[in-house]
Amino acid sequence: MAKRKLKRVDLIFSQDCSCKDILTEALKKSREEIIQELIDSGLKGRGGAGFPTGLKWKMAAAEKSNRKYVICNADEGEPGTFKDREILDRVALKVLGGMALCAYVIDAREGFIYLRHEYRFLIPKLEKMMETFHKWMDDFDLDFRVKLFIGSGAYVCGEETSLIESMEGKRGEPRNKPPYPTNQGYLGKPTVVNNVETLVYTMMIMRIGADEFKGMGIEGSSGSKLFSVSGDTHKPGIYEIEMGMTLEDFVKEFGDGDTKAVQVGGASGFCVPRKRFKETTIGFQGGLKGFSLPTGGSMMIFNSSRSMYNVLHNYLEFFEEESCGQCTPCRVGCQQLLKGIEAIKRGEKSYRYLNDLLRLSETMKLTAKCGLGQSVANSFASIVENFREEMIY
Amino acid sequence: MRTRESAVKAAVDKHGKERKNLLPILQEVKRFKNYLTRGDISDIAAEMNLSSAYVYGVASFYHFLDLEERGQNIIWICKTISCYMKGSKDILQALEEALKIKVGETTSDGKFTLLQTNCIGWCHKGPAMLINDEPYTELTPDKVLDIIDSYYKKL
Amino acid sequence: MTEKKINLTIDGKKISVPEGTTLLEAAKLEKVKIPTLCYHQDLCIAGNCRVCVVEVEGWRVLPAACATPAMEGMVVYTNSPLVRRSRRDILALLVSEHSTQCTTCYRSTNCELQELAAEYNIDNEIYINLLKDKTFTIDRTSWAIEKDESKCIRCQRCVRTCAELQKVNALDVINKGANMKIATFFDTVMSEVVCTNCGQCINRCPTGALTERRYIDEIWDALGDPEKHVIVQTAPAVRVALGEVLGYEPGVRVTGKMAAALKHLGFDSVLDTDFAADLTIMEEGHELLDRLKRKLVDKEDVALPMMTSCSPGWIKFIEHMYPDHLDHLSTCKSPQQMFGAIAKTYYAERKGLDPKNIVNVSVMPCSAKKYEANRMEMNDSGVQDVDLVCTTRELGHMIRQSGIDFKEIPNAKFDPFMGDSTGAAVIFGATGGVMEAALRTAYEVVTGREVPFDGLKITPVRGMEGIRETSVKLENVLPEWSFLENIELRVAIAHGLTNATQIMEDVAIGNSPYHFIEIMACPGGCIGGGGQPIPTNAEIRRKRAEAIYTEDEKMVIRKSHQNPEVIQLYKEFLGKPLGEKSHHLLHTKYTRRERV
Repeated sequence: MAKRKLKRVDLIFSQDCSCKDILTEALKKSREEIIQELIDSGLKGRGGAGFPTGLKWKMAAAEKSNRKYVICNADEGEPGTFKDREILDRVALKVLGGMALCAYVIDAREGFIYLRHEYRFLIPKLEKMMETFHKWMDDFDLDFRVKLFIGSGAYVCGEETSLIESMEGKRGEPRNKPPYPTNQGYLGKPTVVNNVETLVYTMMIMRIGADEFKGMGIEGSSGSKLFSVSGDTHKPGIYEIEMGMTLEDFVKEFGDGDTKAVQVGGASGFCVPRKRFKETTIGFQGGLKGFSLPTGGSMMIFNSSRSMYNVLHNYLEFFEEESCGQCTPCRVGCQQLLKGIEAIKRGEKSYRYLNDLLRLSETMKLTAKCGLGQSVANSFASIVENFREEMIY
Repeated sequence: MRTRESAVKAAVDKHGKERKNLLPILQEVKRFKNYLTRGDISDIAAEMNLSSAYVYGVASFYHFLDLEERGQNIIWICKTISCYMKGSKDILQALEEALKIKVGETTSDGKFTLLQTNCIGWCHKGPAMLINDEPYTELTPDKVLDIIDSYYKKL
Repeated sequence: MTEKKINLTIDGKKISVPEGTTLLEAAKLEKVKIPTLCYHQDLCIAGNCRVCVVEVEGWRVLPAACATPAMEGMVVYTNSPLVRRSRRDILALLVSEHSTQCTTCYRSTNCELQELAAEYNIDNEIYINLLKDKTFTIDRTSWAIEKDESKCIRCQRCVRTCAELQKVNALDVINKGANMKIATFFDTVMSEVVCTNCGQCINRCPTGALTERRYIDEIWDALGDPEKHVIVQTAPAVRVALGEVLGYEPGVRVTGKMAAALKHLGFDSVLDTDFAADLTIMEEGHELLDRLKRKLVDKEDVALPMMTSCSPGWIKFIEHMYPDHLDHLSTCKSPQQMFGAIAKTYYAERKGLDPKNIVNVSVMPCSAKKYEANRMEMNDSGVQDVDLVCTTRELGHMIRQSGIDFKEIPNAKFDPFMGDSTGAAVIFGATGGVMEAALRTAYEVVTGREVPFDGLKITPVRGMEGIRETSVKLENVLPEWSFLENIELRVAIAHGLTNATQIMEDVAIGNSPYHFIEIMACPGGCIGGGGQPIPTNAEIRRKRAEAIYTEDEKMVIRKSHQNPEVIQLYKEFLGKPLGEKSHHLLHTKYTRRERV
């Protein structure tokens, strides 16, 4: 398994190059060149799902339509994640730059930033940045305008088709796929939905080039990414780190010396116990079975004073509330997992019932309609399997 | 004086009657009283040529489109594990004592409603809360009392 | 252009299907049944229940067969161990949020969840019963529809029905997560919302969450009361569908057996709504001619097009949605209500009965008729005109309860005196039927000749297209109708309220090109009514409609104005169409309603 030493990077928040200059240079390139550069860079979506960004733009660019849209997904709701807020607060122009780049590539004239309700306090600042940005668009003679769309509080709207539904004035419920948004997105038109951080990286790749970006990280997980570090740590905050670090290195840097487990990727991510720190790398490869974990960047550290039952209980309450409720496995499954661990804790159900619940979580992973329902099993199975005794006693 | 009906009309006129504008309209009408009434929902539905049940269904999906009576200020305390680990429970308790209400309730003077919410994105500075749109972080029981005081002074 | 074909493998068999075919449809072509719950042929794809999941080689997840198009080279397994295990889990989850009091459920033995739970052997409580700590009240406020949340599995078929087929949206999805449920506006009771009582949601509910309000016990009570003279009337669409709940295939006509069974149940008089349908044509046909005359000759400001008023779901719909345009509705009561009013006056007089001792029961393909019978204005006989309304399904229950061997019972005829009917009346049961019946009569009244269609079959108004239109030229008219000479009588037909809305949009802005429009609330007309046997789909409705038209062709008399009992009724009692007595007993008015 490839891995990297933990290495801090300073791309996203660096102020050493003007955003406008990056755009000026980038817009001299052809659409195909930009797409190719993104594909060569190996950039994958930084929201958590990890879809190759260049490919997404390529698909939308290939669609024939009189209208296309670029949407910046700023509905950051994964527990333990706060990087997008920090980006929008500090380098919003880079995000807008990434949107312009995408608009140029796919030929869109309208873009939206879907900002979660909880970040409303950013609106005045963002509006100011958008004003500057729109002046640039005039300077570049690029017919592209960005509007703000404010969410109203629904975690599932981070899922791109829910987000689109929500923008169309509906309940934010995930759609059946296919069709994918690049084919039929907002108002039925081809739409690229990219995470805030992803858009910034497209700009950074324009600045440093695909080779340098790919030079960072590991095979399949190139570049760097922002990590939101919280929990039992002496230095909580946002850190930009090269992909491919081991959890051992991470805990050495950020842990409090008594780290029992790290939850990688928030409530929908995986819980890694101490005995696995060494063999676990952070990147897109693998998944549940392997030892490398995808992540939207949420890193919650728990020391030995913490009850993993409480942690899981908290996550399940979260899912039970935030499931959109339309599909059976997620709506009922979340309730059953929550009620199930409570019943075992109270002694009303035998410890063997944990096995039924594990099977149920596997069914949810296989059959739920969207990523939310499918990923409940990640935290459930990884916490229950590694901390079984804490669930029972 | 601006009436509820005129607030609905103004919001629909501003954003347009197409269904895609429903969320911004609901958000704007909500600001009138800090929550959405039955009348608001059915008026919006009528203005936009949508069914009342549909608009109700949409509004009820979103956490911050309150459909129950609220105070002038809404406090949302983060209930996610990272804030919990930093003592959000104590903050909640301090607020309950200071405001003499439980979670979900509104103070008798109608100034504050106390609620909980999921992760608000300040996990590195927990415990955190929102009062209306404003985030407050690294809270302590003393600090929240000062914050509440400052709102009473503002009012 | 040839259709693009997709090659795939299902359960080891290589097949080729047209592009756009879903895995569910592809499997069906191969005679493989994939279980479904949220899927319904009449509705858009939801992909919610996930019961139809299948395994696809190389896929990380099990996709829902209903929502996944066949893709080139796909290798699909519909019955692998993983598929079976997953489906069983999903069914167990649904059972855990569903009230499993099957023995006390009206839909027991006709419940899709019950059937699948049995099929997948959900033989114990696998998961925790989620209803344990909750209390539920069944909403019985509506005359027509009962809503029992504890039986809802959130498949959203009712929501889609109400929105897509009916454009009413009385029911929608509210809240999210564990609290997500199907509700009305702010959970208001069913009697106070925009619901039209059409019952299409009932027909598509897979469980007992939505059912018609039953009056079976009240009917038995009336039958058992020696003081009461109990009359039953049966609507045209019942006779072509009742068989389905008693062991017959769709499309079998059981008119004679039904009459026999009703007599066996103990009704004092077994009569036919068809009689009143003929009466309706007499009144409504003349009303149309009268409106045309007032418009063309007297230059009065008369509302045209005139629209039919037989369908109580449609009536409530227009009252809620287009309250400014109620003058377009014919003032004629529906056949059910005409029958009720005549039975408690004319029939009572002739039989020497006190109307107070008559119990008028009607068997309807419809749930909205229950509401209609209870409208405040439906008391023109001095007492409530129609007392108890049951659906085709309820009658099925009663027949089963009575122990009759329905298949073996010899045919019987309706009783005389409001038991006679014509082919024109029978076709009221299918969309376009009222129009066809009206044209058969109106054309003949005006020209003195039969409608110029082979075998009286006015084919342009038949069929299942959502909206149909045609015109009939009036030539060589009788002298008293000279103002209609050379007039092209333009008519339209719509069924399903979504189609009705399309027609109404033009009417509302005064831009409708028609003189006369027939609207039925339910898809297919009454044969697809909310009181008809479950399941329903286009194929079943087509078969019932065919049966209706066959019944018409087999009738001796096929024009309403030739119904001998109707002629007698006018002679002995009513005088003439639109006369004083008709006006009092057979016509009505409408009410503006809120849209919540």
